Amino acid sequence: MATATMTAKKEKSVLWDWLTTVDHKKLAILYLVAGTLFFVKAGVMALFIRIQLMIPENDFMTGQVFNELITMHGTIMLFLAVTPLIFGFMNFAIPLQIGARDVAFPFINALGFWIFFFGGLLLSVSWFFGGAPDAGWTAYVPLSTREFAGSGMDFYALGLQVSGFGTLISAINFIVTIINMRAPGMTMMRMPLFCWTGLVTSILIVFAFTPLAAGLALLMLDRIFSGQFFLPDMGGNAILWAHIFWIFGHPEVYILVLPAFGIISEVVPAFSHKRLFGYTAMVFATIVIAFLSFMVWVHHMFTIGIGPITNSVFALATMTIAVPTGIKIFNWLFTMWGGKLVFNTAMLCAASFVPTFVLGGITGVMLSMAPVDYLYHDTYFVVAHFHYIIVGGIVFGLLAGLYYWYPKMFGHKLNETLGKIMFWSLYIGFHLTFFIQHILGLIGMQRRVYTYLGGQGFDMMNLVSSIGSFVMGAAIVVLVINIVYSAYTSERITVRDPWDARTLEWSTPTPIPEYNFAQTPQVRSLDPWFYEKVHGDGTMKPAEPMGDIHMPNGSILPFMIGLGLFIWGFGMIMLNMDNPIIPPAIVIGVGFVITFGMMVLHSKEDHGYHIPVDEVKKIEKGVG
Amino acid sequence: MADHIDVAQGLPANPEKATLEGKNKFLGMWVFLGGETVMFATFFGTFLGLRKGTVGGPTAEDLFSLPLVFIMTMILLTSSLTSVLGILAMKRNNFKTLRTCMLLTVLLGFGFVGFEVYEFYHYYHEGLGYTTSAFASSFYTLVGLHGCHVLFGLGWIITLLARYWNAGGVTLANAPKFYSASLYWHFIDVVWVFIFTVVYLLSVGGA
Ligand code: HEM
Ligand SMILES: [Cu+2]
Repeated sequence: MATATMTAKKEKSVLWDWLTTVDHKKLAILYLVAGTLFFVKAGVMALFIRIQLMIPENDFMTGQVFNELITMHGTIMLFLAVTPLIFGFMNFAIPLQIGARDVAFPFINALGFWIFFFGGLLLSVSWFFGGAPDAGWTAYVPLSTREFAGSGMDFYALGLQVSGFGTLISAINFIVTIINMRAPGMTMMRMPLFCWTGLVTSILIVFAFTPLAAGLALLMLDRIFSGQFFLPDMGGNAILWAHIFWIFGHPEVYILVLPAFGIISEVVPAFSHKRLFGYTAMVFATIVIAFLSFMVWVHHMFTIGIGPITNSVFALATMTIAVPTGIKIFNWLFTMWGGKLVFNTAMLCAASFVPTFVLGGITGVMLSMAPVDYLYHDTYFVVAHFHYIIVGGIVFGLLAGLYYWYPKMFGHKLNETLGKIMFWSLYIGFHLTFFIQHILGLIGMQRRVYTYLGGQGFDMMNLVSSIGSFVMGAAIVVLVINIVYSAYTSERITVRDPWDARTLEWSTPTPIPEYNFAQTPQVRSLDPWFYEKVHGDGTMKPAEPMGDIHMPNGSILPFMIGLGLFIWGFGMIMLNMDNPIIPPAIVIGVGFVITFGMMVLHSKEDHGYHIPVDEVKKIEKGVG
Repeated sequence: MADHIDVAQGLPANPEKATLEGKNKFLGMWVFLGGETVMFATFFGTFLGLRKGTVGGPTAEDLFSLPLVFIMTMILLTSSLTSVLGILAMKRNNFKTLRTCMLLTVLLGFGFVGFEVYEFYHYYHEGLGYTTSAFASSFYTLVGLHGCHVLFGLGWIITLLARYWNAGGVTLANAPKFYSASLYWHFIDVVWVFIFTVVYLLSVGGA
């Protein structure tokens, strides 16, 4: 509002600045850092799992610890590592790609991050209070009820509930941003594909995380207040959980992979120096995949015994997903076809995504055949399948995005030599680890069992798989070294567009000023930045005159609300602890008061501040 | 940006959507309610799946009395009406009426919660504890969750009323806030209509 008077930014300490920031570019970095930490943590767990399985009848760890590790590995990787990494890139790139100064709800954006973060923390502290969750990331009842699982599952239910709420509100923010905040001329069908996949992923989150919230609430009520949802002799139904979980669970895998598709669709055209082949078909395929993803959840439950008709219907529905996915694969190939290809690390990751993902897709179609799934189910074949998608697809997609956007985010490129070492070792290590698991599964090795007898033909292959996982671990170490090394030695980037790329984020100065665009750009075509380079004078035409720029104020309230929810969740878990030192009711009350008290404080109107036009001109000259 | 709206000539026709901020709130609220719908659908599904699981405890036919639920329905529907009247007043820039209508909505909302507390208390004394059966758990969870939504909505509207009681008029900043709150209130009302049909009518009607 024009009445806001505060102009100059107060000097803030660095820590306070990061805790209170509502700037989408800084939140992106927070997401990336938090996601990376969780990724490393869960990766180390994976290495421990592979050490245990390296030789037959290993006693490196007990079955209980093994169960806790596979549960936490899967849960953390999906909810607390890949999701925030995706959100990091979405936060950074989407406002820039649509030519916006910020997201629609900067406050909600920060709130989403902190709630996610504290939810993840709640899950993680389980180790210190009677052990981590141990019923698998799918938390099937009755395994996850109080009868069979310890307090770890309380942390699972409440930690995911809290962090899921953060994810939900962030998704709403992305949807509104993409629909309402596009620059003039940026029609829906001119949006970069990453924005499209971001939009569709966010919509999936809104419709898939809410059933999960309901299911987790049931599990929580069942465990903490002795609800009777899942016990048949009390009138309950154990299959109910499986349905609710997979109604969420299958869309979830597309929630994760669609943004990776989006990144690939940005990186491949940029380094093929060609426009994306079949843009419209790509958008269409994205929407169809999202739509179908809600109709296939029973393929996770073929062996539960729902009946041949249901199984057949869902088997067919599952197979149809191969069609839109195939469209995407061919479009990426045709984009590369005849292009001026540059194989740097980003492009290597993006290009290798394509064959690896195809392998994962093929095993997926194999699994979708209900009768043979009786053989594959719960064997290492499944583990191999989803890791081909998740590591071969999503992780390589994220790495491509990291190498691609790094110069815009941090002002320098990552070292290419180290990048290539990382790529090749990760690529080889990955196939070494997981390809052989297909065969292990086919010859009958079960997943989620902490050891196996020697002499069944498993020994050699497990050893190979474990060696592969160490190679992957080494690749991640190289990545970390690269980040530190490049921070010191890489040449600073001052140009806008170090890759000669195509989309709007490359039209902003590096480093990007707080307000992104001094003047909102006028978009004239798909790949607007490339269009101006070819048909215009190489700069974006402004859609508005220079003027004061309105900015939102930072706020500590998001952090506090996250903290409040953490305390509340912890109090709920304490209800069933043996000797809580503080009465749980007090803890719950404190968390409740903090959370809602902060919301009441937030209802005060805050109009932000303005950066006066002279200041903007000065900044623009400085970076120009 | 688009938030420079000239209000010298009076408020625009739809003050809740006149600014970009208002438009964002409007859309965001709708998306949020879309998610809430799916969440409630999951609880409805749970109830429908488990409602026959009474394991010898009280059944729906034993407990539910339609007159009580009818009164509750009427109270909640009326509260929705008052909030509509409030929003209509808001569009006419009549802040006093908005205030009064919202206050009425709050009072009716509390009336509804009162009846619900009485209802649960009554069922409990009829022998339907939360842990009695799958039917009991799923019933209390679904209806109780709706009750929590009512309470949250009440807290929301009360906060707005307290914050703006002396604001003196409708502004482009407070209009979207009242509008979102009333949208949420309607949603709660619609959910109740489904609860009335699926939980009470279906059970008492013998389906
Ligand atoms: C360093 C790379 C990785 C290695 C070595 C690895 C290894 C493993 C192993 C050994 C298991 C246990 C299989 C079993 O016995 O059930 C597993 C399960 C799983 N992993 Fe990974 N993994 C890696 C990366 C990832 C990533 C990036 C994700 C997700 C984004 C992921 C998601 C999962 C999931 C969901 C499970 C299933 C857990 C369960 O069913 O209990 N993994 N992984
Ligand atoms: Cu699936």
